[in-house]
Amino acid sequence: MPDIVLQDGSIKQDDWVVVSRPEDGDSLNPPNQKALIPVDLWLAGYERYAGREDIGVWFDSHQEPETLGDKVNELTVIAVNFPKFTDGRGYSIGRLLRERMGYQNELRAIGDVLLDQLQFMKRCGFDAYALRPDKDIQKAARCLGFFSQGYQAATDTDTPLFRRRAG
Amino acid sequence: MYVYDEHDRQIAAERVAQFRDQTDRALAGELAEEEFLPLRLQNGLYVQRLAPMLRIAVPYGMMRSNQVRRLARISRDYDKGYAHFTTRQNVQLNWPNLEDVPDILAELAEVEMHANQTSGNCIRNTTTDQFAGVQEDEITDPRPYCEIIRQWSTFHPEFAFLPRKFKVAVNASEKTDRAAIQVHDIGLQIVRNESGELGFRVHVGGGLGRTPMVAPVIREFLPELDLLTYMEAVLRVYNRYGRRDNKFKARIKILVKALTPEGFAEKVEAEWAHIKDSPTKLTREAIDRIKGYFTEPDYESLENASDLLARQRFENRAFDQWLTHNVDTHKKTGYAIVNLTIKETGTPPGDVTDRQMEQIADLADEYSFGEIRVTHQQNVVLADVRQDRLFELWQAIVPMGFGTANLNTLTDVICCPGGDYCALANAKSIPVAEAIQRRFDDLDYLYDLGNIDLNISGCMNACGHHHVGNIGVLGVDKKGEEFYQISLGGSSHHDASIGKILGPSFAREAMPDVISTIINVYVDKRTEEETFLDTYRRIGIDPFKERVYA
Repeated sequence: MPDIVLQDGSIKQDDWVVVSRPEDGDSLNPPNQKALIPVDLWLAGYERYAGREDIGVWFDSHQEPETLGDKVNELTVIAVNFPKFTDGRGYSIGRLLRERMGYQNELRAIGDVLLDQLQFMKRCGFDAYALRPDKDIQKAARCLGFFSQGYQAATDTDTPLFRRRAG
Repeated sequence: MYVYDEHDRQIAAERVAQFRDQTDRALAGELAEEEFLPLRLQNGLYVQRLAPMLRIAVPYGMMRSNQVRRLARISRDYDKGYAHFTTRQNVQLNWPNLEDVPDILAELAEVEMHANQTSGNCIRNTTTDQFAGVQEDEITDPRPYCEIIRQWSTFHPEFAFLPRKFKVAVNASEKTDRAAIQVHDIGLQIVRNESGELGFRVHVGGGLGRTPMVAPVIREFLPELDLLTYMEAVLRVYNRYGRRDNKFKARIKILVKALTPEGFAEKVEAEWAHIKDSPTKLTREAIDRIKGYFTEPDYESLENASDLLARQRFENRAFDQWLTHNVDTHKKTGYAIVNLTIKETGTPPGDVTDRQMEQIADLADEYSFGEIRVTHQQNVVLADVRQDRLFELWQAIVPMGFGTANLNTLTDVICCPGGDYCALANAKSIPVAEAIQRRFDDLDYLYDLGNIDLNISGCMNACGHHHVGNIGVLGVDKKGEEFYQISLGGSSHHDASIGKILGPSFAREAMPDVISTIINVYVDKRTEEETFLDTYRRIGIDPFKERVYA
C-alpha cells in the first residue's frame, strides 16, 4: 500500500484502494478491503453500501458535492480526484464539503497530487494527500509549511488577515 | 501609498523562500517542465524566444521612488540595463537568468515588491485609473479597494488553478474610464446608490483575445462591504463551471455568454447567498485601515499659477503644446498631473533604461512626493506637481526623452513587445509602431487629428489591446510571413466597443501608407468637432474600406 501524507506532513501507512469507474455495462465490484468508490455509484447503491465502514467515495473534479446532501457524515473517507494538477475544481469541492456541508471526517486528495499543491489543498480542507508515487514524500512536510499565514479565510481559518489585524 | 506591515513582510519573505525551493527542484530535475510551468508563471516567469522574461507586479500601477531605483539596479545587475512598462501597469525584465530569479525576488521583497500572480491561470494584478486620488470627478479613491483585492487574491488557495487567467480592474471616475474595466474579467465601477451609499456596479466577462467581448453588468449595485464575498462567489462559479477542455474557450466571458449574463448572475447570487455573511465580509474598520494608507500628501495651500503659466506658454510654444497635451487638471488648486511619455520614436513603446528609471525616481522625489504611476498606455505619471514648477520640470524632462507632447495622439501607440521578444507572437509589432511614428512626426498635424488610440498586438493574445484601439493592428502569420490586419472603431473607455475588421491584411512595408489613407478619410469626412471615433461611428467602415482597398 502506498503511504499517505497528513496535514502536518507526517506519513501514514494506508490501506484504502481507489476503485475506478467500471466500463459501461459492467457493474461495480468493490474488492474485499477498504475501498473508495465513485460517489454517484455509492448514492445509486445506497441501500447496499450504507453503514459500511470499509466503503468510502471519491469525487471526480466535475462532480458536485451537493449531491451527497445530509448523507455526507455517514462516510468516514471522501476523496477528491485531481485528474491533472492544473485542474483546480477540487479546491472548491473541498471547501464546499467542509464549510457548506459540514463534513467532519477524512478528506483525501487523490490523482495528480504533487508537492507544490499540498499547501492549497490543506487550506481547502483536505487532511490527507495521496502524493503521486514518483514524488519525494519526505519533502511533503516542507512544502506544506512554507507559509505561516494567509490573507484569506478558508477552511483552515475563519479569520482573514484583515480581521486578525483588527484584533 | 500602501506600506507593508509585519504580516505582509512575512508572507513576502516566505514566498521568496518557497520560489527558491521550487527553482532548485526544477533545476535539479525533480520537477518536470510542465510541473514547473504553472509555478513559474504564477511568479511572472516566462521562458521566451531569446531568454526568460520576468514580469514584476506593480499593484495598480503605483510605485515609490526607492522601488523604481531598485528596479533600475536590478535591470543593471541581472539584465541588460533596461525594462519594459506593460499595458497592465506592470514592469518586465527581458533577459534575466532563471537561476537568478530567486535573488531578484529577494531584492524586490526588500522594497515591498514581488512578481506574484503576474501570469498563469490565477487572479492577476488589479489595475485602476492612473489618476486615482488626484482627479476632480472621482467618487472615491479606488486604490484602497485595489489593495484589498490584492491581499484577498494573493495565494488564494481555492483559485490558484482557474481555467484561465483572471483580470480585475476598478474605476472610480464618473465621466472617464482610463482603466478599461469593460474589457476585464471583472470590471468594478465605483458608484453611489440613491441613498448615497458607496458600492460597485459589477461587470463580468469582458476581454480581448480571440473572442473580444464588452463585459455585461451582472449586478447594478454591490455594497462596499460585500466586495470580497461577491468576488469569491463569481470566482467559485467560474472555477467550478468554466470550460477547461479548450484553452480558447476557458475565459469567464465564454461561460457568461453560454449561461447568458442573467443566467450567470443567478448562479452567482445563489452562491453568494451562502457566503454573504461569512468572515470574508469586509468590515468598516478593515476598509478604513487600508484607506488610511492612501491619504493625501502634504499639499501646500496654493493658488492656481494661471498668470505665470500663461506667460510661459506665450514665450515658449513647445511648452505650450506640452502643457495642452501632457498635463492634466488636478483636484487641488495650484497642482497639476504630469504625464511623462515613454514613446520616443526609435525605441520600443514602454521601454526604459536603468538610467531613465533613476531619472524618473529623481523627478518624483523632486517634484511629486516621491511617487510614480505606470499607466496602461505604457507612460508614467507624476501625479502631484506644483503648477509653478511645471516649466522647470518640462525643461528637465525634454532632454531625457519624456517630454514628447504626443499623449493620446496617434503616435502615443500602445504596443506589445511582439515578435522581437515574445515567443507567442506571430509578427513583430515594434517596427510597425516605429514606422508609423516616423510617418507622423509633425506634432501640429497630430494635434489637428486629435485623440486617436492606435493599439498594436503581435498576436491574438492581444497584449497590445488592438480590439479596443480606435485603430487596431494585429500581427498575423501567413505561411511564415508577417502580415497585419486592421480593425477600426474600438474603444476602451466608458463607451467601450470592439473594433471591426477592415478587410484583408497588409505587408509591414505597406502599414504607414495604409494608416495615412485611413487618417485621410477621417480628415475628409469629419465635421468640426468630431474625433476619429465619432466620425467612424457616424459614417461606418465602408468609406475607409473603399479608399484603403481602392
